[in-house]
Amino acid sequence: MNIELILFIILATIAAVTSILVITRSNAVISAVFLVLNFFALAGLYLLLNAQFISVVQIIVYAGAIMVLFLFVIMLLRTDGEPRIFSDKRYIKYFALLISIFVFIQVSYLLLIGSPSKSVTGNQSASINSGTIETIGKELYTNYIIPFEVAGFLLLAATIGAIILAKKKFE
Amino acid sequence: MINYIYLTVLLPLIGFLINGLFGPKIKNEKVIGIIGSSTIGLAFLVTVFALFETINLPVESRSNTVELFTWLSVAGLNIKFAYLVDQLSLTMSLIVTGVGFLIHVYAIGYMHGNKGFWRFFAYLNLFIFAMMNLVLGDNFLVLFLGWEGVGLCSYLLIGFWYDRKFEKGTTSEAAKKAFVVNRIGDFGFLLGMFLIYLTFDSLNFHEVFTKAVSFPVSESTFGLIAIFLFIGATGKSAQIPLFVWLPDAMAGPTPVSALIHAATMVTAGVYMVSRAAIIFTSAPTVMMIVAVIGLLTALVAATIGLVQNDIKKVLAYSTVSQLGYMFLAAGVGAFGASIFHVMTHAFFKALLFLGAGSVIHGMHEEQNIQNYGGLKKYMPKTYITFVIAAFAIAGFPGLSGFFSKDEILWFSYANGGIIFWIIGVLTAMLTAFYMFRLVSLTFFGKERFDHHHVHPHESPLVMTIPLMILAGLSLIGGYIGIPEIFSGSHGNVFHNWLEPIYAPALAKLKIYGSHTHFEEILLMVISVALALSAIYFAYKIYTSKPHIAENISKRFKGSYNILFNKYFIDEVYEAAVVQPIQKGSEKLLWKFADTTIIDGAVNGIAKLVDRSSNIIKKLQTGVVQFYAIIMMIGIAITLLWIILSL
Amino acid sequence: MLSIPIEYYLILSAFMFIVGVTGVLIRRNAIVVFMCIELMLNAANLSLVAFSSYHGNPVGQIFVFFVMTVAAAEATVGLAIIIAIFRNKLTVNVDEINIFKW
Repeated sequence: MNIELILFIILATIAAVTSILVITRSNAVISAVFLVLNFFALAGLYLLLNAQFISVVQIIVYAGAIMVLFLFVIMLLRTDGEPRIFSDKRYIKYFALLISIFVFIQVSYLLLIGSPSKSVTGNQSASINSGTIETIGKELYTNYIIPFEVAGFLLLAATIGAIILAKKKFE
Repeated sequence: MINYIYLTVLLPLIGFLINGLFGPKIKNEKVIGIIGSSTIGLAFLVTVFALFETINLPVESRSNTVELFTWLSVAGLNIKFAYLVDQLSLTMSLIVTGVGFLIHVYAIGYMHGNKGFWRFFAYLNLFIFAMMNLVLGDNFLVLFLGWEGVGLCSYLLIGFWYDRKFEKGTTSEAAKKAFVVNRIGDFGFLLGMFLIYLTFDSLNFHEVFTKAVSFPVSESTFGLIAIFLFIGATGKSAQIPLFVWLPDAMAGPTPVSALIHAATMVTAGVYMVSRAAIIFTSAPTVMMIVAVIGLLTALVAATIGLVQNDIKKVLAYSTVSQLGYMFLAAGVGAFGASIFHVMTHAFFKALLFLGAGSVIHGMHEEQNIQNYGGLKKYMPKTYITFVIAAFAIAGFPGLSGFFSKDEILWFSYANGGIIFWIIGVLTAMLTAFYMFRLVSLTFFGKERFDHHHVHPHESPLVMTIPLMILAGLSLIGGYIGIPEIFSGSHGNVFHNWLEPIYAPALAKLKIYGSHTHFEEILLMVISVALALSAIYFAYKIYTSKPHIAENISKRFKGSYNILFNKYFIDEVYEAAVVQPIQKGSEKLLWKFADTTIIDGAVNGIAKLVDRSSNIIKKLQTGVVQFYAIIMMIGIAITLLWIILSL
Repeated sequence: MLSIPIEYYLILSAFMFIVGVTGVLIRRNAIVVFMCIELMLNAANLSLVAFSSYHGNPVGQIFVFFVMTVAAAEATVGLAIIIAIFRNKLTVNVDEINIFKW
């Protein structure tokens, strides 16, 4: 029972619970706030995994930019509170829940019988080195430079698309 | 020339194609007529040459096959399109092409002015083509091809004047009746052919007839085959019960009646029975049936012909009656005699029909003999030839009909018994009587037509020359078949010519011609005396004292009615066969099977598709999450499959 | 730091993913559906990073980098579309946006 395990248990619990709360709250703003909490828990988990760069980027991009965007749109559209989740169209919703649980059982079974822990070596120093920003930066700008540039174009296209889709028509 | 025998089939086909395809363009009737007739004339010459060649061959090798090509070769059934040139087929070919040629020439004159002139000659040539296939074929299938072909041509030619009325219906209905009744017989023929193939594993005449002698086939199998073949023969040759189409076939033009319904097509049944003689003689029960039906048909048809007033109807029933004689001969084993009668009957019956056509032509299409009378001075050539034919059919001594009919009566007594002879002679008397009733009412006595509207005249040469040729043949054609008692050492030439064909069949017969010469002469004298007296009475009554006939018909009004209405057999068939089939087809097959079941099934499938699609289309709700649920279901199933196969 | 068996991370990742799927199937508000999609993407990211760390190979994390980029772009455009739909239909309830039907 070392500190890592305790930390993992706490962070994993937060992540799991908040994710369930995201889908069950009827108020959209509350759902968004719980999602932000979820992202924070994930960032903590990344740190546990020695992925320093990713953990920071997660907070900056996801929790900082994307969720802010979501909150803006929610408040802009003034959506009324949804009725309680299982009040109308219950049968489909129960059925969807059932299917999801079923698929979860199947996926976990498949994951576990593959016994992944036998195939990974778990080298400590390699793990620490792989998460540093130098390593990632070196990989990114040498082997993956083209996807990097294309990602830039992608963002440009998304920006232009969002502007055109959402703006009012000129009279 | 034997190897070129296929020319006799090919030439009429060419004539049919030329007249059929280019007929409307050739405006000249003479050219069409010459094309049509010359093909048959050339075919006749080819046959004559083949005949002389065959005569010069020794008796054992007189049966030759000319093979053209392999027609069917499938799963063990090997049918070649080949022609058999032997004594029997040569005899039939001579009759068909010879009499056919004369009738073609006659038709040039008779059909003058008809707007379907080219069509008529095309059909006539097609008919000769089919008939030649029938008589020359060397296996049952080629024979059947010709059989069906002549049936088709009969239909086409009976309904030639398709827009004319005929009795209570139209000519097309008469043509249909002929075709349908023939078809019933053909069904029997087909069953017989199937049985033959099953039993003997071949349809070739030579193979089947050789095996029929040597194979251990039971008598009942032979009986079944024979009865089925005979059913086919009753259809084509108008015997009881399938003779009802022949009187209706008089709706067609007279040359058609002469060629098809007197000389050639209706004798196809007799030919077929003669060809398959060995099958028949191996089944004595069926032989008896054949003889009895032939005899009955002869008698019944003669009684009907006694009271008919349409000249062609009298001749039609006369044909049915004479065909009955031919089957009587075949039934008692005298196959040679039946073929002999085919030949002489072709001569005088064709002559009678052509003469009748000449009279009809001269009397402006009037066919009721009650409106004739005293025509002998207006149409001398027609009159003389007609009377010669009437004497021939009545059995006047020395003419062709006398020899053939006498031979049949003799064999029916020798092989069958006294009863056959008695009824046969009775029918011969009736034949003589009604024939001379016809002659007297037409050519003698008072003139019963209206002189202002009708001007009878003789027919042109193109029509009377064939009449004279046929009259000559009717006079002397019988001498080729003089019985032994007259010809002495020559024997019966015709009989000896055909004998090799029938030898194996006759070997199976139990009784055959084993009575004395004295009996033969005695019977001959009796039948001649009776026939002559019938002729005399008919002449006397109908020429000078017609009121006797009228009184008799009034006294026996009931029987007269029955005879005049041909024993109401058409009405009986209509009620017992035609109506039930029609009603049954309508109620059961049409309303039930077709509408309810088949249409219901097809429409039902369409409705099923409609309803199921109505249900399935609800899957497309337009809500994306619904599709996502379906996707999840798919993922669940896929994962399940992966897990189960690990 | 690698004493925790990797299965724990993977099960957590699967759990978050399935929760996200359930959210997509159940929720009626289009924006909340989008948020659940982000949840699913993050579950995938967690799995990638876990494997990358345990193998000592930075490529996994580079992949996560790109996933985040794409997620950002997609969220942007998706929300723009929702705004455009809202202008026409005045609702973001997915049950009422069902034009693609029979």
